[in-house]
Amino acid sequence: MFSRMAPRGRSGLGRSLAELGLLLLAILVLLDGTVLSLEAATSSEIDTHEGKPGTHKNTSKKSFPVLGIKYDDVSVPFEISLWVLLASLMKLGFHLIPRLSNVVPESCLLISVGLLVGGILKLARDEVPPVLSDRIFFLCLLPPIILDAGYFLPIRPFVENIGTILMFAVVGTLWNAFFVGGLIYAVCQIAQDKYSEIDLSNIGILPCLLFGSIISAVDPVAVLAVFEEIHINELLHILVFGESLLNDAVTVVLYHLFEEFMESGSVSAVDAILGLVSFLIVALGGVLVGAFYGILAAFTSRFTSHTRVIEPLFVFLYSYMAYLSAEVFHLSGIMSLIACGAVMRPYVEANISHKSHTTIKYFLKMWSSVSETLIFIFLGVATVEGEHHWNWVFLTSTVVLCLVARVIGVVGLTYIINKFRIVKLTTKDQFIIAYGGLRGAIAFSLGFILHSEHKKIFLTAIITVIFFTVFVQGMTIKPLVELLAVKKKHEAKRSINEEIHTRFLDHLLTGIEDICGHYGHHHWKNKLNRFNKKYVKKILIAGDRSKEPQLIAFYHKLEMKNAIQMVESGGGSKLNSTFPSTVSMQNIQPKIHSPPSARPSERALPQLTKGREEEIRQILRTNLQKTRQRLQSYNRHTLVVDPDEEGFDDLILKKRRMMELDWKVCKTSSHKSSNAIYSQAYVKPGAENVPTIKIDLASPQSPDSVRLLDEVVQDQGLTMSLPSSSSRAYKTSGKDDGRDQQKLLRCLSDPGPDVDDDEDYDDDEPVPT
Amino acid sequence: MGALKSTPAPIEHHDLSEKTGFSLRQIRVLHKRFKQLSDGDDVLRREDFLGISSLKYNPIRKEIIEAFFNRRNFSPSCEGRANEIDFEEFLVVMSHFKPPCSKMTDEQRKNIRREKLKFIFNMHDSDGDGLITLEDYRHLVEELLSRSGALGKETSRAIADAAMFEVARTVGHRLLSNFDIESRMNIRFLKTDVIPGCRLG
Repeated sequence: MFSRMAPRGRSGLGRSLAELGLLLLAILVLLDGTVLSLEAATSSEIDTHEGKPGTHKNTSKKSFPVLGIKYDDVSVPFEISLWVLLASLMKLGFHLIPRLSNVVPESCLLISVGLLVGGILKLARDEVPPVLSDRIFFLCLLPPIILDAGYFLPIRPFVENIGTILMFAVVGTLWNAFFVGGLIYAVCQIAQDKYSEIDLSNIGILPCLLFGSIISAVDPVAVLAVFEEIHINELLHILVFGESLLNDAVTVVLYHLFEEFMESGSVSAVDAILGLVSFLIVALGGVLVGAFYGILAAFTSRFTSHTRVIEPLFVFLYSYMAYLSAEVFHLSGIMSLIACGAVMRPYVEANISHKSHTTIKYFLKMWSSVSETLIFIFLGVATVEGEHHWNWVFLTSTVVLCLVARVIGVVGLTYIINKFRIVKLTTKDQFIIAYGGLRGAIAFSLGFILHSEHKKIFLTAIITVIFFTVFVQGMTIKPLVELLAVKKKHEAKRSINEEIHTRFLDHLLTGIEDICGHYGHHHWKNKLNRFNKKYVKKILIAGDRSKEPQLIAFYHKLEMKNAIQMVESGGGSKLNSTFPSTVSMQNIQPKIHSPPSARPSERALPQLTKGREEEIRQILRTNLQKTRQRLQSYNRHTLVVDPDEEGFDDLILKKRRMMELDWKVCKTSSHKSSNAIYSQAYVKPGAENVPTIKIDLASPQSPDSVRLLDEVVQDQGLTMSLPSSSSRAYKTSGKDDGRDQQKLLRCLSDPGPDVDDDEDYDDDEPVPT
Repeated sequence: MGALKSTPAPIEHHDLSEKTGFSLRQIRVLHKRFKQLSDGDDVLRREDFLGISSLKYNPIRKEIIEAFFNRRNFSPSCEGRANEIDFEEFLVVMSHFKPPCSKMTDEQRKNIRREKLKFIFNMHDSDGDGLITLEDYRHLVEELLSRSGALGKETSRAIADAAMFEVARTVGHRLLSNFDIESRMNIRFLKTDVIPGCRLG
């Protein structure tokens, strides 16, 4: 048995010895002959294996069984847990080998592992449990992934590009289905492969069309898996991903349509029209069901302030119910799930506690990650398991036709779409969209539940296409993206300035539209938002939060994040570490005098001695109390009293204090010379209630005072100047002489690393304000 | 609505089209709207704008209206404010919202971007001195939040302060450097049509 372990070649890693041991254990158990299928159908095997321990018992005297094996009771959960464990360990293993995971996308590796495991199981027991049955796939494995996608769907780009996405999803998929189906039929009729035992010309037009409809749908799981690693720009990502989500409706309708036609045997024009109507019902019905459950969830979350612990559960349950309800009526479950997540999110997030939000986020990520891993592994296993009918003509023509159809579809549609878009899609964009049309496990599962006589050859072809897209396209898309220099996602954090200007632009454009007298895009968006604010929010959001505008919510979220980051990075005790990231006046100068080559480290400047640092810390500690009252007004808690969040109170205050300190301890450059920065910070205790740290600012004649309008002319950004007249919070000395000579106070930036692994977009409105 | 001529486009329109980049059809439509707003007059005044009903929900309507009368938006060298504007100036302000055409050199794109940013800068800079101060920014945030009522000055101040703080913190302090303004600040002018029912007041 151990000799079979040899082919498992990951033993190169020293530190994964423990993992290897676990793997061996897992394989051992699997091979021990106690492997059972997840379906009850193969329960006959249970009996044969039960016999073994049973017989042992019978041969001895009937004494008290100290140790016994009772596997069958726990077989199903045990089996499931083993698979999930295997999947997770695989995931772990791949990320320990950075070189491999850079070259090959995770999905390919996982399929390979699945193939391997399937192969081992087959060798061991001559058959493989049918793990990727459609029930497991559609009921257990797919929903978490879709919910994760739907809940964190970036609403703004999605809605802005909805026209394009719908065109690709609906028209593109239809085109693909008919093109592939029709041409494959033609190929079947023409091709006469005398080496194959299958008579291709037997396959009628309807099965071909059915096959076409199954294979034409872009798969969200595969797209997510591959696109996540290439960090492509937001527009392309949302286009391909949105298409993969919305084409589910089309696929469902086409599938059922062709299946019905196959049963009934004849097609008429009325049926075609009914098909169209059915498409609208499936799509819109799915969305409505989802929206309904979403609203229910939002409404429920309004009352959960006393039972915070089960808040995440409501989110998950309502979403799952939405999915299942849609499936009951043959509506599009995926669209229902997306609608549910997207609708409930802004309201639920306003109602639930911060911890619940984190819980939801991490549970969704965890489940979707595990699901995805399992799906790919099972794909591999199922490939080994199924009977395949190899017919080279059919297979190659399918692959070629799929590619050709996709390319023609994308190019043709883009030509039409570009007439209506403001930001046109370039050729590079089109290429990526076409290349990103990956097929995945949904196609496989749909093929699995076919009742056609040609099921096997179809399934083989589907698997071939999936493998081709995932392996070839998945592996090469990353180098191609680099080669074509496609715009990547910029990783910058959403800043409050961007948020302010987003809102500002929305209002501005709405105003201009009103002046022009034309009821455009912005006008309706504005109307929807006003309606939302006036009625919907009052019903669905608890208490005062319903009146909180978007901007403030964003600001508080940002504050929270910063406060947490600060605490995590050690907070106020690491004064010195904040210095390296100081941005100084020097940085404005370079635009006028010298090239901006200063790196953060060069501006590092621990000018404060240890003694001073201690003094500053002492001040902070003693003053925290005194400033508490003053800072109360900034605190989120004046809006909503939330007993759960008292802990964050201190964090926010601490951060406030740090901010105040930042304003006071300022670095000003001495000037044109190098990048070195001089500062004079000294502590002047005793002035007023709160000892402040006064700064010796550069004199008005120094070149520190910068004309900011020059900045605007030279850069393309808006720059701002700060007044010397300060608010009570910022006690800086050295007033300026008039508006003309304003000094910009360079301040310490946030201490600690800016690790923002927040993938979610913080758009809370269904249609963003 | 005034008497609308249905003659072919007058020669001024061609000139305007060249100057602002609008097509003749767009200019015709905008001209109709101009006439509608100004009640047949040749110039627009502030009161004419105040008559637009749907504008009254807009929190920044004052700034928007002022932007039309701000001479700096007409050409880079002008200063000060006008009290009435004619059609040409109206068009120039509108042209800031034209979507960029697909084939553009990088230079043109940069120029367009700067134009749009300058427009927004002028809107923020209420006293016209070429600088945006913290007070201006605070005022902006207050206006944006003014529709929500309950929250008062403290929070909007905090937000404006935080925003200013952020600017001060960024390297080379580029506000909005990641903001694709050339693709966001656009209106679909081609579809502009004066809706007959859209009356003033």
